[in-house]
Amino acid sequence: MQIISEVREPLVTGGKTIKDVTNDIARHVENQPTRLWFICMAISIILLGTGGYFVGDLAWNGIGRWGLNKTVQWAWDITNFVWWVGIGHAGTLISAILLLFRQKWRTSINRAAEAMTIFAVICAAFWPVIHMGRPWVGAYWVLPLPNTFGSLWVNFNSPLLWDVFAISTYFSVSLVFWYVGLIPDFATIRDRATSAASRFFYGVLSFGWTGSAKDWMHYEAVSLILAGLSTPLVLSVHTIVSFDFATSVIPGWHTTIFPPYFVAGAIFSGFAMVLTLMLVIRKVYRLEDYITMEHIEMMNIIIIVTGSIVGIAYTTEFFIAWYSGVEYEQYAFINRATGPYWWAYWAMMTCNVISPQLFWIKKIRTSLVWTFFLSIIVNIGMWFERFVIIVTSLHRDYLPSSWVYFTPTIHDIMSYVFTFGLFFFLFFLFAKFFPVVNMAEVKAVLKDSNSKVYRARRTLVNEPLPQLEENTVEAK
Amino acid sequence: MAMEKDKHYLIGVFSDHDDLLHGIEDMRDKGVKIHEVYSPYPVHGLEHALGYKRSWMPKAAFGFGALGTTLAITMQVSMMAIDWPMIIGGKSYLAVPDFVPVSFEMTVLLAAFGMVGTFLVTRDLKPYKVPRIFDIRATDDKHIVAVDLAANKLSEEQISSLFKEAHAEEVYRRDFADEEKSPSFISYMVDLFTNGVTRSSRISTHR
Repeated sequence: MQIISEVREPLVTGGKTIKDVTNDIARHVENQPTRLWFICMAISIILLGTGGYFVGDLAWNGIGRWGLNKTVQWAWDITNFVWWVGIGHAGTLISAILLLFRQKWRTSINRAAEAMTIFAVICAAFWPVIHMGRPWVGAYWVLPLPNTFGSLWVNFNSPLLWDVFAISTYFSVSLVFWYVGLIPDFATIRDRATSAASRFFYGVLSFGWTGSAKDWMHYEAVSLILAGLSTPLVLSVHTIVSFDFATSVIPGWHTTIFPPYFVAGAIFSGFAMVLTLMLVIRKVYRLEDYITMEHIEMMNIIIIVTGSIVGIAYTTEFFIAWYSGVEYEQYAFINRATGPYWWAYWAMMTCNVISPQLFWIKKIRTSLVWTFFLSIIVNIGMWFERFVIIVTSLHRDYLPSSWVYFTPTIHDIMSYVFTFGLFFFLFFLFAKFFPVVNMAEVKAVLKDSNSKVYRARRTLVNEPLPQLEENTVEAK
Repeated sequence: MAMEKDKHYLIGVFSDHDDLLHGIEDMRDKGVKIHEVYSPYPVHGLEHALGYKRSWMPKAAFGFGALGTTLAITMQVSMMAIDWPMIIGGKSYLAVPDFVPVSFEMTVLLAAFGMVGTFLVTRDLKPYKVPRIFDIRATDDKHIVAVDLAANKLSEEQISSLFKEAHAEEVYRRDFADEEKSPSFISYMVDLFTNGVTRSSRISTHR
């Protein structure tokens, strides 16, 4: 007998029925897009277009257009890469890790979070691809294809190659996971469609799903295994991303703490981005009953936890640099905090370590305005974290004559803007044409979360509950 | 339609999944053979109530995962140590720890794709499938139980009253002309091109 917590709020509020769930979510796919959607889409396309011009310039003229120099050979490119990959992590965390932990509150946010993951990984993958300079021959450098370019095979000893495998696996497995989750919802939209064209379109997308018990049985097994596979996968991805730095010998990079520290940071920034997007979707699509204050509070609590882990990692790094007695290591860290990039270091410390601690206050944690504001602050902080790690470790080279200060050019800035345009373009397309909340999963938790929680609250937990069977009563 | 309808089903409609579960168990105890149940969301315990065998998808995942590991190790060892050995920092050609990340990723990749592929192929889920839909509410808010009358010894009236005893909200009969259509990809595309998207007979015309 599982126990229902008496204090839990129901997952979906407003006394929604299963029919309401279908209507509330499918409505946004079926209705004409709103004026606001067109405005948002126009802005995204402007960003994509203007950024795209600069990206075309990079492809045509080469990445010398960026502000990189002999000493700082990596700057915004890999900063943005790591930042976008990190953002992607929350989607998999919500859909996979929280599924394994049976956290049912994930059901109303997982779809949008997974979509965000996929789009963020696309934006991340853009950076190494454009950084190749000649992406059209890049397949030979990153994939084990027979070729005549120098050494015959790619180097499997290089963390950069591990990254290729990690990111591409992560992207494709996330895409499959997301799509498998979408199939039943596409079938719902297909069966509601009034025009033959949309019946055809969603019919193709739904793969002929009927919701038969046998299909659901295998589907559930598939989802669980995909969650089980995605959980180590998501942890491995940012671990391998951190290996890009950790396996080098640059003071400030050569650190064993990087894998857990990067993973925590990734989840931290990912949840912040999920909050930013979900608060907007919740408002625009009036999903207050599905994405409740409890959901927001839960995500804010995860932000406190991961933000604190990140804070401890910063402190540990500093302590170990001092404790190691290696003066180069010590210099790298003191230079971070007090050198020419002190402003970036302190921006990172303020945004990532101090600001999430405000969420200990319940009023702030349950305030939409504060949550939205802090979620953006966290992502600014996480961008600075990567910038600090990358640029401040490189800009003081071994020879003082090579010491430089990195300044971005318009091409650095605009190619970053391009990825924002791409991300929001894809996200708004998704928000219009795909169901933003996983209807099937929300329906599955609806009965447990509503009627049973209400009934359980009226009944003492120890008393036998009338009419309730063992296998149908579930704790959230 | 002139065609004779020779597939006869009795459809029971349920709203509550607990009623559905108990109803299915009772009906099966009384000897009703159930064709299939269609639900808008996964109902836990339904596969047991229907007496289905446990899903073998985990085995498929394991098999494909093992294949992924094997391929990854074979690829890395053959490329790095056999086909074109290169001296990298004076390290061993067979740098086993370095092969762990790629082996892991390929395991996950093949396990995930292999399992999902197996799922789609064995359940015959594909973009050009035209499914037989008993009741379109099955993807909205109702659980639809279909009983094939030809496969049951009990009469239609008996099954109907058993449905009522199981608290089915609605019981009705539905007849189909033929077996479930499963067009080949080619016939699907031909139909689509000749009739166009909006008039193709290959879209689910269940309204």
